[in-house]
This record gives sequence, structure tokens and C-alpha cells, in this order.
Amino acid sequence: MRAEPLELSLYGRDAGVDVGEAAAVCFPATADQVIQAVRVAARHDRAFVARGSGTGLAGGATPVGRPLVIVTTHLNQVLEVDQDQRLAWVEPGVFNLDLSRAVQHLGLHYAPDPSSQQACTIGGNVATNAGGPHCLAYGVTAAHVLALDVVLADGSVAHLGGVEPDQPGYDLRGCFVGSEGTMGLATRIAVRLTPNPPAVRTLLLDFTSIEDAAATVSGVIAAGVVPAALEMMDAEITRAVEDFVGAGYPRDAAAVLLVELDGLEHGVEAQVEAVRTVGLEHRARTVRVAADESERALLWKGRKSAFGAIARIAPDYYLHDAVVPRTRLVDVLRQVYAIAAEQRLTMMNVFHAGDGNLHPLIVFDAREPGIWTRVHAAGDAILQACVDAGGVLSGEHGIGLEKREAMPMVFDAADLDAQARLRDAFDPSGRANPDKILPRGSRCGELAVVPEGAWI
Amino acid sequence: MDLDLLAAEREVAAAVAAADVVDPVGSRIHREVGGPPPVGTEVRAPAGVVAYDPAELTVTVGAGTTVGELTAVLGEAGQECALDPRDPSSTIGGTLACGLSGWRRLRYGPLRDRVLEVRFANADGQLVRGGGPTVKNVTGYDMPRLLVGSLGTLGVLTRVILRCQPRPPEVRWGRTDEPPDAVRARCFRPSAVLWDGVTTSVLLEGHPDDVEQQRGEAGVEPLEAPPRLPDGEHRGRASVPPAQIGALGRALGALGNVRWLAESGVGTVHIACDEEGGLAAARRVAESTGGWLLREAGAPGLDGFGVGLPNAQLMTRIKHGFDPRGKFAPGRLPFALDAREAAST
Repeated sequence: MRAEPLELSLYGRDAGVDVGEAAAVCFPATADQVIQAVRVAARHDRAFVARGSGTGLAGGATPVGRPLVIVTTHLNQVLEVDQDQRLAWVEPGVFNLDLSRAVQHLGLHYAPDPSSQQACTIGGNVATNAGGPHCLAYGVTAAHVLALDVVLADGSVAHLGGVEPDQPGYDLRGCFVGSEGTMGLATRIAVRLTPNPPAVRTLLLDFTSIEDAAATVSGVIAAGVVPAALEMMDAEITRAVEDFVGAGYPRDAAAVLLVELDGLEHGVEAQVEAVRTVGLEHRARTVRVAADESERALLWKGRKSAFGAIARIAPDYYLHDAVVPRTRLVDVLRQVYAIAAEQRLTMMNVFHAGDGNLHPLIVFDAREPGIWTRVHAAGDAILQACVDAGGVLSGEHGIGLEKREAMPMVFDAADLDAQARLRDAFDPSGRANPDKILPRGSRCGELAVVPEGAWI
Repeated sequence: MDLDLLAAEREVAAAVAAADVVDPVGSRIHREVGGPPPVGTEVRAPAGVVAYDPAELTVTVGAGTTVGELTAVLGEAGQECALDPRDPSSTIGGTLACGLSGWRRLRYGPLRDRVLEVRFANADGQLVRGGGPTVKNVTGYDMPRLLVGSLGTLGVLTRVILRCQPRPPEVRWGRTDEPPDAVRARCFRPSAVLWDGVTTSVLLEGHPDDVEQQRGEAGVEPLEAPPRLPDGEHRGRASVPPAQIGALGRALGALGNVRWLAESGVGTVHIACDEEGGLAAARRVAESTGGWLLREAGAPGLDGFGVGLPNAQLMTRIKHGFDPRGKFAPGRLPFALDAREAAST
């Protein structure tokens, strides 16, 4: 347990922009110690927040109301791997990529692959229901979590889900995944492992217009091909990445698509040809198929280095995460650029096009006076554009603290009340990561104005 | 058309608000799953495919739409939802409420992974929406997963958005006498591996050349008609750790009077028999392997689940939060009855 100023400052925020204040920080190394920490918090009627590596971007791990921060990074063991049943039991602090590395020799991997996978933890992935490029074909975290041991806010322990396909009653495992720490804290997680595909092909298509690239995305899906990954990068980010890592991306492209196809040999070859045809129909300048594993790795390195590349352009960035129907990508991207121009901001786009999951990146220098007002105004306008197009507020980062007040854009009072009832069933005390996901006033009859000093 | 659906949903919600006990009615196929059918005001969800854009791979339906109708609509565009019900006249709402994933779950995952958005009438007669229309979404709590498999105890589903997928160019069943685990290990992502204790049936889907090659490598002979789910007056669905399928199969075989078909790699076992005692014995076998058995039809002497509910306190709090007066499916799920008793005292 630590409460020195340095720790409190370090753990006062995650990788999002909101800053909070922790009362104390603890680093349990066993599930029992987690239980003890939660019970201590309960005894003192104090809120608690679970935190993994702090790579979350929506302020989900930001401490609000001086809670106890429980850091899970010391719970970092892969406890058991069952090759026959293709599952692993892990502790929440295991890094996402380390899990795949631990089962690589068995011809297996863990499919959800957020771009932060070298640093983010499985526990954090469970909290946010994290995604990644390969979630287009393989599904997000929720589709890969079989069971969880969780500590509820009163310090009791619950075993949710199981390795058997169904459990009697409600799917509590399904409710917990993506609940951003507001239902309790996972201490042990069973995840599904996926066999490595026999054949993989990675393609880079480049376009002179972003419209053609977006139309290719819809065209590929309409042609009956569901790629393992289908990523898009606009002109600004393509140039930045190419300057940074030299992955061989065309510096003058208006947009590039990175397409990965996997499966059995004949099917993959047929899909390569289908993607090539659709791309050329939509005026792709080049369709490059990676010749070998090293070229494939290089193409992916470009995509995964995008955030590093931005650091060379401006000191700060604000990454948005919203989803639109795939067929509305072009419309919404146009609006995103118009919003950037209106607010005099530099906007870059690198995103999971196959899912319609946009990630507009606003790059700026936080030292510039008044810049935050414009950044936030642009962010709000982007969310509104996405919702107006039939989209949602987040595809993979979660709502956290950052977007909770935006929830009424997509949910009405009855919807939010139902969600609040679900949360309350797990944590009637409201001590598990308070002030996240649901805006104040979500419960029917709840006072919109909370007395000062009250725990929410 | 969408406005018509909304109007129909509002009628459902009004009927729910006015009812003391709600009896959601679809095709009356799953009425006995998990407990006795409620005796109350019949409420029927609207039917029809409301919005479908093949390029989005999503489809919006009234919950009263039958799986057969949905399959036909998607089929015209070369797509499907991988719902494989015992009876295609099952409604989408009933299939969801019972959590029936279909036998291609090995490849396509459980039904709950394919539901993007739900709308349901709550106990107060309001329409509540959960999830969202896009294929990827972490906006708020995952209400669709809460509703899937909830057996109508939390509300009446009125509208559903499902994720669909292109139909594979080749779909072939094969058979072999080899044990299912061995066959599964030799195939890459088979869609189903079913086992009845003697024969292993394999469903391979994909490019025709890949299907042919896999069939050779797995050593399976062509099978013209897919295997049938076992039928009988008394039926149940066991859910066991997949590693226990072999042991379970041997024990069920020893009973002599039950017919069964197991989904290898998944852990679901479909069981049928002509005497109620057979289903009770099958339940004891399932429980001895660390699983449980859901009563689906017949066997009036058996309760819905057999085992005590895990996390009963947590589930009771959810039930009471959503349905404080116990109007939804009283008697289905142990605490559904409790809620009603609580309301009457």
C-alpha cells in the first residue's frame, strides 16, 4: 500500500485525458490480497478502482472521489493452458501479447489484439471489452472469455461463467465483460485460445481518393469476404507512418487499406483475388500482396506504429473511438474533416474500417492557449456526427469518465435506468469504480443534484 | 415499415403494462423450457424483417419473426445467421430467450455473440433498448447478453438486430467411426463435430477445394443427410465441460434408454427418451461430470434445471431490479417464483 505523492500522481490518471485523485494505491500479488483490499475499502466505505497498465483511453481507470486504486500488474501469471480444450486460465495483469507468446509453440494464439497489446493487460481488456484489428473476423474480448473469478464490491467472491457452454440463469459473465470495473474486479480469467490459421495473406491497397477506399471496404464485404482484418489509414497518417518506419506505404496516397485474409489455402487465394478485383473496380492504384512473413510483418508494423509516428508531428493527441455503419464511412469521414477545418485542428484517421470503427486522431500542442476548448468541441461534434449516422459512442475503448455525459445521445431514460439496475445488482453500494459509464441521473427517481460530499 | 414495427412494439408494451402476469407467445415451441409456461395475458411480439442491408452484415427483425422466414430473406442475398433450430417455425425471440445457439456453435460461437441490439418491453410497459446497431460496440452495459437465455423473466423481446455472415460456397457433411476429438484435431475450424457414441459427423464449410482436402485429411466419408437431433416425448439439453463429452457419452450409453447427440468441442449434449425416468437419469449423469441438464420438453416431474443456480443472490437482485412485481414468467427460474411471492406478501 502506497500513498506517497509520486504514486498518487502516477495513478491519478490512465492514458485518457481526465485527471483524478487517488487516496492510496495498492499492489496485490495474490487474489486473497485483492479480496483484502476490497474489504478494507468496504469497511471504510471507500470506493475502489481496478487498474492494469493504465493504457485505457476513456478515463475508465481514472480515480474519482479519492478512491483506493488497486493495481493488478503483479497478478501476472498464466496459470494453466489446456491445449486439448484450447483455453487458458490467466491472472488479470498478464499482458495481452504475452499470452499469445506463451501458447505460440502449441500453434495457438489469443485472438483479440488491441494495438496496445504489448502493454495492455487481459484484465483491462476484459474491463473495456477491448477490440483490435482481428476482431472483425474473430470477435471482441467478450467472445473469448469463458469464465471469471471476480471480487464484488462487498468483498465476496463470485465465479461467473464456466468452461461448459451454458450456465443456468443469466449470463453474468457476459454482463461483467465490458463493465469497466463497475461490477467488481476479476482475479482469474479463463480465455479461449484460437488455432493459428494455416494460410495468411496480407494486402496493401492504395487509393487516390478516400471515397474509393471506403467503397472498397463495403464492396469486399458485399462480395462475401470477411477478412481477418480490414484497416484504413488516411493521407496524413500514411505519410507520418511512412516517414517514421519506412514500411513501403505510398507517401502520396489519399488512403491505404491493409487487408488480412486467413484460413485454408484455397479459400484464402480465392479471397485475395476477390479483394484485388473489388479494389481495382474502385480504382486502387496498386494491390500489393506481401510476398513473405517479413514483408507482412513490415506492413503491420506501419499500422501498429501509427501512434508513435504522431509524436513526431505534435506533442499531444486526442484519440476518438466511435462506430458507424460500414456503409456510412465516407459520409462521416467527410464530416470529420469538415469539423477539423472548422476548429482549425489537424485530424488524422487510422481505423478498423471493416467494423466501421472510426478513430479520428486530433493532434495538437496542449500548451497552445484555448486549444482544449476546440479539441473538446471537435470531439463532441464527431460523436454527434457518428450517432446521427446510426452509430454508437465507442467500439473498443469504452465510455469511462470521458463519454458518460454523452450516453443520452444514444440511450433514453428507460434504457439508462435498465443499465443502472443491472449495475446496482452487482454493486448495490456503488463503490466499484463510481462515476463511470452511466451519467448522473440515470436511475429513475434519482436526484440530478447530488449533495456535496456524498458518495455516488 | 419501421414505424409500423414501432407502433406494434408500443402495443406490446401497453399490454405488458396492463397485465398482472405476462405470457409471451411465439410459435409455442419452447414453452416448457426451464419451467412451466406462465398462465397470464398472452403477448405476441411483432413479426417481420424490418431492415436488411447485406453490405452491413446486419439485419433488424421483429422478435416474432420465425427463423425460417429470416433464413429465406438472408438466403436471397447469399447470407445467413447460422441459426439451426430444431424447428424453423421457432421465433427469433423464443430462440434468443432460450439461448439456443444451433449446432454450428463450434465455429460461429454462441448465439449471444451474434446479437447486436435488443429492444424489450419492461415491467412498467416501457420499451428499453440495449446494445447498438453496429457490429462493434462497447457503449454501456451489454444488455443483449443479459436477455439471451433469460427465458422471458426480464421482459418481452420486441425487436432484435442480429449479425449475419456470407454463406460459405461449399457445405458438406461427413462421417467416420473415429472418436470426435481426433477428428476435430485434424480439421481447421470445422463448423460442427457431432457424436452419438458410435458415429462422428463433421460439418465442413468453405472453398470447395479446401472442404475436399479437409475431408481427405480427416478421413471422413460423405454423408448425404445431416444427423437429426434426437427426438422423444421427454427432452433435455445438457451443458458439460467439453473434455467430459467422452465420459458422458459412455455413461449415457450405459443407461440404455436414452438417445443423445453431443456437440464435440462445445459441450452441449441433446438428449431424448420415451420415459421420464430416462431424462432424470441423464440429468444425474450430466451433473456427475460437472455439468447440468436443462429440461426442454416433457418430464413434468423434473424441474427446469436440477442444480441450484450459481450466484443465485446476484441473479435474484437482477430479477427483482427488472421485475419487482414478478409479472414475467413466474415459476421459470427458481427466483422468478420468489419475486411473485414477495409481491403478494
